[in-house]
Amino acid sequence: MSLLEVKDLKVNYGGIKALKGISFTVEEGEIVTLIGSNGAGKSTTLKAISGLLKPAAGKIFYHGRDITGLDAQQTVDQGIVLVPEGRRIFPNLTVLENLKIGAYLRSDKAKIQQDLERVYDLFPRLKERSWQKGGTLSGGEQQMLAVGRALMARPQLLMMDEPSLGLAPLVVQDIFKIIGEINATGTTVLLIEQNASAALGLAQRGYVMVTGEINLEGRGTELLANPSVQEAYLGSQKRRHGGGHRAGAAPELNQQA
Amino acid sequence: MPLNKHRKLSPVLSLAALILLLVLLIILEQHQSSNRMAVAVLQKGAILAVAAVAMNLPNGFTGIFSLGMAGFMSIGAYITAILTIPTDTIESVYYISGVAGWVMNLKRALDVLPQPLLVLVALLIGGLIAALFAFLIGIPVLRFKSDYLAIATLGFSEIIRALVASPQLDRVTNGSYGLKNIPGFATASGSGVLLIPFAIAAVCIFIMILVINSSYGRAFKAIREDDIAAEAMGINLLKHKELSFVISSFFTAISGGMLAMYMRSIDSKTFQVALTYDILLIVVIGGMGSVTGSIISAFLITAAKEWWLRFFDQTLYIGNWQVPLLRTGFRMVVFSILLMVVVLFYRRGLMGDREFSWEDILGLPQRWRHRRVAIAAAKAEAAAPKDGGQNDA
Repeated sequence: MSLLEVKDLKVNYGGIKALKGISFTVEEGEIVTLIGSNGAGKSTTLKAISGLLKPAAGKIFYHGRDITGLDAQQTVDQGIVLVPEGRRIFPNLTVLENLKIGAYLRSDKAKIQQDLERVYDLFPRLKERSWQKGGTLSGGEQQMLAVGRALMARPQLLMMDEPSLGLAPLVVQDIFKIIGEINATGTTVLLIEQNASAALGLAQRGYVMVTGEINLEGRGTELLANPSVQEAYLGSQKRRHGGGHRAGAAPELNQQA
Repeated sequence: MPLNKHRKLSPVLSLAALILLLVLLIILEQHQSSNRMAVAVLQKGAILAVAAVAMNLPNGFTGIFSLGMAGFMSIGAYITAILTIPTDTIESVYYISGVAGWVMNLKRALDVLPQPLLVLVALLIGGLIAALFAFLIGIPVLRFKSDYLAIATLGFSEIIRALVASPQLDRVTNGSYGLKNIPGFATASGSGVLLIPFAIAAVCIFIMILVINSSYGRAFKAIREDDIAAEAMGINLLKHKELSFVISSFFTAISGGMLAMYMRSIDSKTFQVALTYDILLIVVIGGMGSVTGSIISAFLITAAKEWWLRFFDQTLYIGNWQVPLLRTGFRMVVFSILLMVVVLFYRRGLMGDREFSWEDILGLPQRWRHRRVAIAAAKAEAAAPKDGGQNDA
């Protein structure tokens, strides 16, 4: 049984069909990535899974249970936690308060304290700045805070929406390294990225989304080698001199504007 | 570290300030006949402090732009008034259309309570009914955002005012004639004029501070900061907004009840939108999201408006020359200008979203010293290369 199974999911924004029926699975312990350009429906997919959006049709199964149409409170309670796009930390709350909000639905104080220590071990920077307001952190630190906040909810399935958005390449490397570490401790990760090369390099499996549909799937390394993926998302050698890995960072620069 | 020293000192200082305040209030109470203005300002300040903190809870802490204060205050004021006006003189208040039978029965039932307890029960009933109203209108209204929510709550407050003044309710609210003979704060012996409103205000504000510092309060702030992220972390937006709105309305109604006791006579015009704006002003000047800011500014603004600026209203002659502009109403012009200055230069209010703390006050001289040293160092640095250049030449 898959940890998460999405079947023929459709989401509409008013009259616009954002998702035209997508199906994919995430197995326990995996890192799975959805890649695709702006407007392909990646964020919509995550929002629908976490209950922030109501799907028009289709089913979502989690541990084999139907969770379609549950609200965010219930999905978080079951262990599905979203790190939203653009970090969305709480700027006027301290780092510690931000982290505590992550554990809002939990009542086991001792374990919350344990998890706080774990987050501080993972991100020593956050410990140094625990009394600082979230808004005073740098972009990379804010992303760490957003990830730490999500970890405080004890996720089984951590969904990350564009964690590399607007960050310097070195910081992106750090974030991806940490995603790997989180996964190694047993948390399943569903990752959305425009930075396709980094995401595919990290993930066991990937799905390529184009305008509300999934049109390619495969192992991460396979997709990296796929000529049409290279052409569309990595920038082929013909058009650029920098090579796949550098060009992968280019779309995020556009994103900032 | 000196800051730690201050941390140990601050409970002592708070206790000292509290005792000082208590002594001051007792002294003022004993000499109330010669300090009429100070007593009135302190009473009204305490009442408005409760209202301001209650308004800050949704507006400053939860990010709900609600302007229904006057409506909730009138619910509290009318219920407190009806329940506390002495039963034997109430017929003379409702001399035009008489009192409804069920109101009389309710009052007779409550008359078994001693006077101070009756007041508390009346305030509580007012608060609970306002909370019920808030809960019911919150279900549709809190789905709106910002300005739409403000308009909806403003509309609610006007509906309540129209209802209270409507002829159909003449036998309950005395319609447009209003209510009088409401007993004040003082007990039979004349004491408690200040201590009673301050005690009620202190309890109300203390409970709201507990709410703000609880995990619910943290969730309120999260919603204020970023509702999408808050929802993604599993915080139920509507439930928490309802909670904040209902708690706020409860205490707003209690402050309304206290206002009725302070004014001794009320009518529906007391609770016009202007009352909401007065409280909003206190909240904004004090700082959205600061409880101590709201309290300080409630007293400051009340004192400025009712007392310190009074002399602007009196025509003044120096010899034969009449000082220009000083006449009735000029006080409010000066007050408005002062407000504009505050809003222009202290956009985040007196306190911003910080709270008053002794550590900050005691740390000030040290911080100033640090700043002077830093400025001096910067000046020396700026001067140094110039000197170096001259020496070379």
